[in-house]
Amino acid sequence: MKRAAFGHIGFPILLLIPQIAIIGIFFYWPAGYAVHSSFFLQDPFGFTSTYVGMDNYTRLATSSNYLDAAKFTLIFTILVTFFALAIALLLAVKADKVIRGAKSYRTLLMWVYAIAPPVAGLMGVMLFDQSRGNITQLLGMMGIEYRLGVNYWDTASAMISVSIWKQIPVNFIFFLSGLQAIPRSVREAAMIDNRSGTARFWDITFPLLAPTGFFLLIINITYSLFDTFGIVDTIVKSEPGNNPMTLVYRVFVDGFRGGDLGGSSAQSVVLMVLVLVLTIVQFRFLERRIHYT
Amino acid sequence: MAQVTLNAVRKIYPNGVEALEPCSFTINDGELAVLVGPSGCGKSTLLRMVAGLEEISEGDLSIGDRIVNDVDPADRNIAMVFQNYALYPHMSVAQNMGYGLKNRGMSKAEIRAKVREASDMLNLTEFLDRRPSQLSGGQRQRVAMGRAIVREPDLFLFDEPLSNLDAKLRNQMRIEIRALQRRLATTAMYVTHDQIEAMTMADRIIVLNDGKIEQIGTPNEIYEHPASTFVASFMGAPPMNLLQGIAGGGKVTLGSDQDVLHTGTEGNDGPVQAGIRPEDVWPDPQGDLAFDVDIIEELGALRLLHGRVAGQDFSVAVPKDKEATTGLMQLSVKPGAVHLFDADTGRRL
Amino acid sequence: MADITETGVQTATATNTATNTATAAAPTRPKKRIKWETVGDHAVLIAGALLMLVPVYMILASSTHEDILIHREGLQFFFGDDGLENYNAALFEYGGFTNSVNGVTMLVNSMILGFGFAIGKIVVGMMAAYAIVYFRLRFATFAFWMIFTTLLLPLEVRILPSYEVIQQMNLANTYTGLILPLIASATATFFFRQFFRSIPEELVEAARIDGAGPVKFFIDILVPLSRTMIAAMFIIMFVFGWNQYLWPTLITTDESLFTLVRGIRQIMQAYADGSSTPEYGEAAALAIIAMTPPVLIVIFFQNWFVKGLTESDK
Ligand SMILES: Nc1ncnc2c1ncn2[C@@H]1O[C@H](COP(=O)(O)OP(=O)(O)OP(=O)(O)O)[C@@H](O)[C@H]1O
Ligand SMILES: [Mg+2]
Repeated sequence: MKRAAFGHIGFPILLLIPQIAIIGIFFYWPAGYAVHSSFFLQDPFGFTSTYVGMDNYTRLATSSNYLDAAKFTLIFTILVTFFALAIALLLAVKADKVIRGAKSYRTLLMWVYAIAPPVAGLMGVMLFDQSRGNITQLLGMMGIEYRLGVNYWDTASAMISVSIWKQIPVNFIFFLSGLQAIPRSVREAAMIDNRSGTARFWDITFPLLAPTGFFLLIINITYSLFDTFGIVDTIVKSEPGNNPMTLVYRVFVDGFRGGDLGGSSAQSVVLMVLVLVLTIVQFRFLERRIHYT
Repeated sequence: MAQVTLNAVRKIYPNGVEALEPCSFTINDGELAVLVGPSGCGKSTLLRMVAGLEEISEGDLSIGDRIVNDVDPADRNIAMVFQNYALYPHMSVAQNMGYGLKNRGMSKAEIRAKVREASDMLNLTEFLDRRPSQLSGGQRQRVAMGRAIVREPDLFLFDEPLSNLDAKLRNQMRIEIRALQRRLATTAMYVTHDQIEAMTMADRIIVLNDGKIEQIGTPNEIYEHPASTFVASFMGAPPMNLLQGIAGGGKVTLGSDQDVLHTGTEGNDGPVQAGIRPEDVWPDPQGDLAFDVDIIEELGALRLLHGRVAGQDFSVAVPKDKEATTGLMQLSVKPGAVHLFDADTGRRL
Repeated sequence: MADITETGVQTATATNTATNTATAAAPTRPKKRIKWETVGDHAVLIAGALLMLVPVYMILASSTHEDILIHREGLQFFFGDDGLENYNAALFEYGGFTNSVNGVTMLVNSMILGFGFAIGKIVVGMMAAYAIVYFRLRFATFAFWMIFTTLLLPLEVRILPSYEVIQQMNLANTYTGLILPLIASATATFFFRQFFRSIPEELVEAARIDGAGPVKFFIDILVPLSRTMIAAMFIIMFVFGWNQYLWPTLITTDESLFTLVRGIRQIMQAYADGSSTPEYGEAAALAIIAMTPPVLIVIFFQNWFVKGLTESDK
């Protein structure tokens, strides 16, 4: 709040009403609804529901399907986050270093940001297709049998590759702007202090990039958890079967395909708690960063 | 310890800007050379080429007796103090100072001793564990100095190190840096656009203008014998008066025949610019120069009278105890204090 | 100490007069080395750019080929001559169960979603941020937390209950039902709050002294000041809205409301059915159509876009 803030009462409330109303109706109501339904079991036709306490949650904890999805999500998130960050960091460091063509490289490396995840997924499906995919053929020439949609880890690797590909641009943009925010003179001082470019990177650049990296870590985790839905859905061709699945996809499958409102809601609640924890971590960090600047 | 020699060193930036025309000079061992000039004249460019942060387009640069054109900055055994200090924000004061030493493979104990010694010298001991963000501007400046000192370099490079400090601190640090440099007897190049800093600190001053060296000389030479109208008006405050006139027959005629400067013209007859420092003239009813005063500026110890001589802008500095009023007065000129410059090129005649 | 080798006046024209004992003693200087490091940097960057470019290029090239060729050989590297046909089919041929949707309809729907979402989000977000930053409200902290709890919780997490709520409100298969729930998060509000907080305090003080009330201050000063920020936010939000997938899939069953990205799902289902040769060429063309507008916007307005992205911290 500004020191010279306006003292009016009615006007700001008027300003806040649209935001509060939309959030109330489309965020808090569904969220509350999810929490509520997670304690009930609906009959398949949706006419009656009975209070079952924590049953939906215990059901999750013992469901091998759910635990498989959780395990896969963990591996998926770790791999996507790690590689998307590492590749983007490498590219950003190089793009920051070159003088000639820096602007063109930036454009070339960031535009994929604008491609929708399912469109990326569609490209993945065509490239990795079991019989005609170009990458499948390439792997075949190297003697590797690749079967998308049949072999669990083959499908998973397609999902992971496409998800990494789609996320590199965002990370690249943030890393590049983080690098450019490091004062030139600090790097020059380091050049006088240390001959080795690699050592300078780890001693000076990397620590100074840590705030950006931490911020991106959270962004990438939420990306892996949620925004990859379109990629997962296209790669399994909307037919999950025995294919790998992320937790969000499981919410969708159990809720809309399985008609299990209670179970799906319980899964939503679990995810919400997870995200809330991330939000709090993120938020404290953001606030701290604001104070620095 | 080392001398620095530039031999026809030139800088053309990739975008085609010639920031520095080929220039040559030598800075002697233990000397403090000040590079001075207006903004954008190429001071930083020159300094950064010496540091190795900027590639040398043409010519040779040597520090000590080796040519260092292609030597990595870290291997030139130099230390640099940046305008914004360029401290590593994530390291403590001690780590900041020790980083360069660590990279040379010095032992921890040795580093600690050296850091200790430098911080004692600079009164930084109590701040050794702090981060740069927890220090005042003056303290940060000291840390930057400390980082330079601990390396025991052959050459100190300073790029406007005091310009972010307030006036009082700037004066104090100016004296400290000068004393420190004398004590360590380390060769130094010091960039500033503040001519007072240049005059007070330098053993020798290098005046740059638009990528060219205008003059190299001791502060005294620069002040007494400015090589061009540019140097004359850039060095010295208030700046030297420059009057258009015609030289001939032992005098310079300014406008009408009554306004005449008597001075040796040494055969330079024709149009000239005559330079007179405001402190080299004084009000004198018997004087032969008519001065029309418009404004009186009080500077404390001095009083500046602004007006015109022969229809051209002119200023006179008088001690504060001399009375002064606006309106017409006569001026006397100190004998031998008229500098003559070429009317077109501005070069000293 | 000040041992002056060049006494008197030295001028710029006398550039080669300096004593060069040192330089004369060492005439051979190593030739300028080729900077292998720089070559390596460019190699890495080019590899990265190709990694981004090639898959999309292959889709583009394939969108100009017959289905049967792609069915046999996979994506193509070179352009063919069925482009016109494929794009014509993708844009103008009616498809779907009810034959009520073609590419143009989907394009229009994507535009409506992109614009509606971006504008709605910016308007609502700016208003709320203004209220929070510039007014002394007793419940400001409460409002703040209520809004910012939503910051990272995407619609995907509460997808089923949101769907139920929309059903109950009879908003399924309407643009309102499509757009409003997507707006229900605080990213834009947070972004504008950050920006407003960075505007100097003196500005409000000056405006108040000049007699500007809150409405005038907002319209005459804050909005013009935020122009770049609004543009940046608009680009990000437009792309975000355009690329929505899950929510449109659920909430629009009426094919005349399909967006392009939603249309991709239909392709995939045809693909999965495997009944006849899928229309690969047309699918590739549709994918290209679906990505072109947001890609162009991001490329052309990349400075704003990057600024918006990095300054908002999302
Ligand atoms: N990286 C660069 N690329 C192109 N031109 C440059 C570059 N750096 C500096 N210049 C130009 O070279 C000239 C000299 O710049 P330099 O930084 O040396 O000036 P300076 O004397 O240090 O000025 P100041 O007192 O403002 O620091 C200027 O005209 C500047 O615009
Ligand atoms: Mg400079």
